[in-house]
Amino acid sequence: MIKKIAKDEWASGLSKLAKTYRLFGPVAERGPDGARTFHNFKALAPGELPDLDLGNTRLSAKSLVFPQSEAMFTYTLDEDRDDHHILKEVPADGMSRVAFGIRPCDAKALAMVRMNFDTPEYKDPYWLRLYEATTFVGLACDAPCPTCFCTSTECGPYHEEGLDLLLCAEGEGLLAKAITEKGERLLADAGWEEAADQDLGARKAAAEGCITSRIGTDQLAEGDLLDLHGADFWEDVAFACINCGTCTYLCPTCWCFDIQDEVFKQEGQRLRQWDSCMFPIFTVHTTGHNPRDTKTQRVRQRFMHKLKYFVDKYEKGIMCVGCGRCVRHCPVNIDIRKVADLMNRYTSDAAKAEQA
Amino acid sequence: MENPYLPYPVRIDEIIVETEDRNLKTFTFVFLNPEDEERFAYQAGQFAELSIPGKGEIPIGIASSPVEKGFVKFTVNKAGVVTQHLHNMKVGDIMGIRGPLGNWYPWEGLEGKDLLIIGGGFAFTTLRSSIIYMLDPANRAKFGNIDVVYGARTPGMLLYKEELIEWEKRDDINMHITVDGTDDPDWKYNVGFVPPIVEQKAPQADNGTYAIVCGPPIMIKFTQPVLEKLGYDHNHIIMSLENRMKCGIGMCGRCGIGKELVCKDGPVFTLAEINKTPREY
Repeated sequence: MIKKIAKDEWASGLSKLAKTYRLFGPVAERGPDGARTFHNFKALAPGELPDLDLGNTRLSAKSLVFPQSEAMFTYTLDEDRDDHHILKEVPADGMSRVAFGIRPCDAKALAMVRMNFDTPEYKDPYWLRLYEATTFVGLACDAPCPTCFCTSTECGPYHEEGLDLLLCAEGEGLLAKAITEKGERLLADAGWEEAADQDLGARKAAAEGCITSRIGTDQLAEGDLLDLHGADFWEDVAFACINCGTCTYLCPTCWCFDIQDEVFKQEGQRLRQWDSCMFPIFTVHTTGHNPRDTKTQRVRQRFMHKLKYFVDKYEKGIMCVGCGRCVRHCPVNIDIRKVADLMNRYTSDAAKAEQA
Repeated sequence: MENPYLPYPVRIDEIIVETEDRNLKTFTFVFLNPEDEERFAYQAGQFAELSIPGKGEIPIGIASSPVEKGFVKFTVNKAGVVTQHLHNMKVGDIMGIRGPLGNWYPWEGLEGKDLLIIGGGFAFTTLRSSIIYMLDPANRAKFGNIDVVYGARTPGMLLYKEELIEWEKRDDINMHITVDGTDDPDWKYNVGFVPPIVEQKAPQADNGTYAIVCGPPIMIKFTQPVLEKLGYDHNHIIMSLENRMKCGIGMCGRCGIGKELVCKDGPVFTLAEINKTPREY
């Protein structure tokens, strides 16, 4: 069921929602001259509207459920206190949230990353609490970036996986398609109830047609893991890499993290923060031995994890949604599309050689 | 929702200096909340995160055995930030233990089999746990012959010396203790590196023989060809890996060796399984 949201209803609906939800959305950063530079997800100030006039946010939406730095526990080292040296959980924020303007690629990425944090054996309470507390309001892409390749990653500009509601621009206003019950509830809570006699099919097809960048991934599952690991192209792929970690920080499907203790005077907290497989310290042992000591090993780890290990482990395709952020922002122009093609072709070449 | 990052609070009950260089100490912990001991039920071969508020956590193999009740024990080498701090702590201090973590030696599959246990240096902790488990009167009949080759640089660097001597006296376990070298004229056990002692003393493998190997990389490197010569299949060589870890529950991403995570899919793997990974450990 598609609803129509007129421009003035948008603002009034948001102020209604602000009473019961914490609202998040893309907010433009501003340069020294006051001009808008790029967007990131932020908590919306009272009365502030999410800025939906954007390509995509610079950082992915992952920080909405997986903050870059997050307190897990607090404790005191003060031995005069009865509970010294005993970790206490940081109280969870129980309030419901809405994330507006999340692109379908980022929503799919979160649904995929859930497989890491929500397992039969262990549940990550921090990630899951925020994920479950959030209603994800997507924004369809009618004008994708030239670096987007989401149609080759089982995603797309109108993909609905991981979303509760999908918005797309319609004149001055918006169209809204509820995907889940959570999404329907949000429409009702905001008072956006005017039915639109429309179907998004044609718009979806047009948007998908705008995406011209593609990668091949069909051979990756077939290939031998150790053959790919030992392929001859990794030195070339990694040659220009400076291990800055930008790709991993921007990536919506990168989830690796570190746990650190911070103490001020006698009061401490245990924090978790984003980490990156690009950094040598990520894997170094206390002895000084480092299993991934060279940058080539680290670059290979990133691509092998996304395009082979994940594929083999979950059998749900590659760990990439085609958002193109790493392609746009890599300072030395390493392009995951080219690496995916190298890996895919290497695998099919190997298969051909075997048959011959 | 249960929080897998929350350690059980424990009190240090006893600290024993194990080795002559004083770099290895065995810590005995008692749970502050007695019901946590039940929740911490573990198997020989598993590890836990020792958690020191203000310093961090360190993954360490469990040295006590599931058949020992009322406490848990860990033998810790003084190396990094957390272990150096731990070595300076005293009996009565409060800290945390998070676990048990990882898989364990495949005890069910090992029943009815002959076992060759090979340890080197301070990688004898989960092997101690295993031996105590197998020698327990309730369990000994479940296993065939048990041979143990355990080596250290000098007699003073062997862990758990009193227990080693006890086991030497038993007739239901064949101990082959060795040291790289010693000037002690009273040393009555073997002298030599672990791989040649394995070659001389270890039983030939058949279908019903398994080897469990824990030790420094150099020992493992030279022990593998000896085991192959003795006829041990790669499916019958069981090893425990180490990698840098944080979460211990398969989420933080750093201990991966290909698609396997050492913390959750391991730390115990057969050599056949390890051969299928990129061996980034």
